[in-house]
Amino acid sequence: MEFDFVNLAYLIAAVLFILGLKGLTHPRSAVRGNLLGAIAMLIAVVVTLVDQQMLNGPVLIAGMAGGAALGAVLALTIKMTAMPQLVGLFNGFGGGASVLVAAAALMQAVGIISGAGAGELSLQVSIATVLSAIIGAVTFTGSVVAFAKLQGLVTEQPVRYRGEQIVKILVAGLTVAGAVMVILEPADMSLFWILTAVAGLLGLLLVVPIGGADMPIVIALLNSYSGLAAAATGFVLSNTILIVSGSLVGASGIILTQIMCKAMNRSLANVLFGGMGAIPEKAATDDIYDGKIKSTNADEVAMILKTARRVVFVPGYGMAVARAQSAVRQLTEAMEADDITVEFGIHPVAGRMPGHMNVLLAEEAISYDKLKEMDQINPTFKNTDVSIVIGANDVVNPSAREAGGPISGMPILDVDKSRTVVVIKRSLSPGFAGIANPLFALDNTLMYFGDGKKALDDLVQAYKEA
Amino acid sequence: MDTSFVMILTIFALAVFVGFEVITKVPPILHTPLMSGSNAISGITLVGAIVASGSGSGPLAAVLGVTALVFATTNVVGGFLVTHRMLKKFRK
Repeated sequence: MEFDFVNLAYLIAAVLFILGLKGLTHPRSAVRGNLLGAIAMLIAVVVTLVDQQMLNGPVLIAGMAGGAALGAVLALTIKMTAMPQLVGLFNGFGGGASVLVAAAALMQAVGIISGAGAGELSLQVSIATVLSAIIGAVTFTGSVVAFAKLQGLVTEQPVRYRGEQIVKILVAGLTVAGAVMVILEPADMSLFWILTAVAGLLGLLLVVPIGGADMPIVIALLNSYSGLAAAATGFVLSNTILIVSGSLVGASGIILTQIMCKAMNRSLANVLFGGMGAIPEKAATDDIYDGKIKSTNADEVAMILKTARRVVFVPGYGMAVARAQSAVRQLTEAMEADDITVEFGIHPVAGRMPGHMNVLLAEEAISYDKLKEMDQINPTFKNTDVSIVIGANDVVNPSAREAGGPISGMPILDVDKSRTVVVIKRSLSPGFAGIANPLFALDNTLMYFGDGKKALDDLVQAYKEA
Repeated sequence: MDTSFVMILTIFALAVFVGFEVITKVPPILHTPLMSGSNAISGITLVGAIVASGSGSGPLAAVLGVTALVFATTNVVGGFLVTHRMLKKFRK
C-alpha cells in the first residue's frame, strides 16, 4: 500500500487548525493560535502543490501571487474602524472561490475541460457540486451587499418593499428547481451558471432588506456560509481538509449567529424575514420626554466625574461613527490617574459585527481586563457612580424589560441602576428599533448633546482643568 | 480518490462537533478576531482551487482556476494577516 502522505499532512493541518481555534479562547494565547492556523494552511497548500506536481505552474503562481498581494494590501492598509466591511468582503471571496472550484470540477467531470477531473460523477458529487455553487453564490452576493452597506456605498437602512417575502420565496424555489435540473443534467453547463446566478440573486435579496444594527447577525451568518461552502467543495473533491476546516468555520459562524440572535432576543428567521425596522414608525416620544430631559455640558460632567470612584463606559456604534474612541482613552487615562476605577460594559451586538467595540478599544491600548461583557458588568452598575453611554441607544433602553414593545425581552445593559447616567448623543432621535428611550428622561440621567468626538474632547479638556 | 462517501460524511459530522466544542469557549471580546481568523481558515478552498486549476487544461480552465486562486488566496492571506494585526492590539 502506497503511503498516503497527503492525507497524513491534511490530518496534521486539521489538528493545527483546531489547536489554533482553541488558542482564540484567551487573548494571551490568541496570537499564537492564529499563527498555528496560518501554519496549518501553509502545510495544506504546500502538500497539495507537491501532490499536484505543480501542474499548470504559471496559472498557480499568477493566481496565488495576485491573491496574496491583494489580501496583504487589504489587511495591512485597512483602518480598524473599517473592520466589519473587510470581514464581510473576505467572506465573499471565500464563497466566490467555492463557486468557481465547483464549476471547474463539474466541467472536468463531464469532460468539457480536459483533465484528470474529479472522477466519475456520482449522485453525491453532483449534489455536493450544486450545494457548493448555491451556498458559495449566496455568500458571495450577500457579502458584497453587506460590504456595500457597511462601507456606505448603499443605504444602511433596511430596504423593504411590498411582496418582499413572496419574491424571496419565489427565488428560493427557483434555486431549488435549478439545483434539481443541474443534478439531472450535469453536462449542460449553462444550467449550472443559471443556477449560480439565481442563487446569487437570492443572496442579494436576503441581505438588502436587513438594516445596519442587524449586520452583526448577517456577518456571522455569512461567515458560517463561507465555511459550509468550503465543506461542500470538500465533498465535491473528496478532500478531507476542506471538509474539516469548512465544518469548523461553519460551526463557528452558527454559534456566533446564535449568540447575536440571543443578545437581541430574536429568532434568526425574524432577522432574515422581517420584524424590527420593517416599517420605521414615528415614535410617540413627546409624552415620554416632555419636560423631563436634563441637558448638561462638559464642565458639569467633569465635576461629577471628579467626585466619582467608579465609572463605566457603554460604547455603541455611534462611538465608531464619531471616531471618539481615542478621546475615550484619554478620558480613561485622566480618570485613572485620579484613582477612579474605569471599566467598559460591552453589549454583544454593539456595533456592526460581533466583538466590534472590543477591537476599537483594544486598538486604543485599553487593557482587555477592563472590557467587560454584559453578564459581568450588569451586577456592578448599582455600585457605579457614573455610567457614560456613548453612541448606544437600544442596548440601554429600559423598555426592553417591559412586555409588548419591539425590543421586549432583549437583554440590556442596566446603566439606569448607576448613580448618574451621562448620555452623549447628538439628539433625542430613536435608535435602530425606532422607539423612544425612557432612560433619557430618568431623574439620574443627564443628556450631553453633541458629536461624540467633540463632546469627549471637550470633556477631557474640562476634566483636566477641573 | 477512493475515500468513500460515508467516510467523509463521518469526518464532516465529527468536525462540526469539534467546532462547536472549541468555539463555544471563545470569549466575546475575541469574537471579531474569531470571525476573521475562521474566515481565513475557510479560505481552505484554496486547496480546492489548486486541485481544480492543476488538473484542467485549456483557456477556460485557466480563467476559472486563476480567478478561484485569487479569491481564495486573498481570503487566506488577508484573513490571517488582519487577524494577526488585530490580536496584537489586545494587551493587558
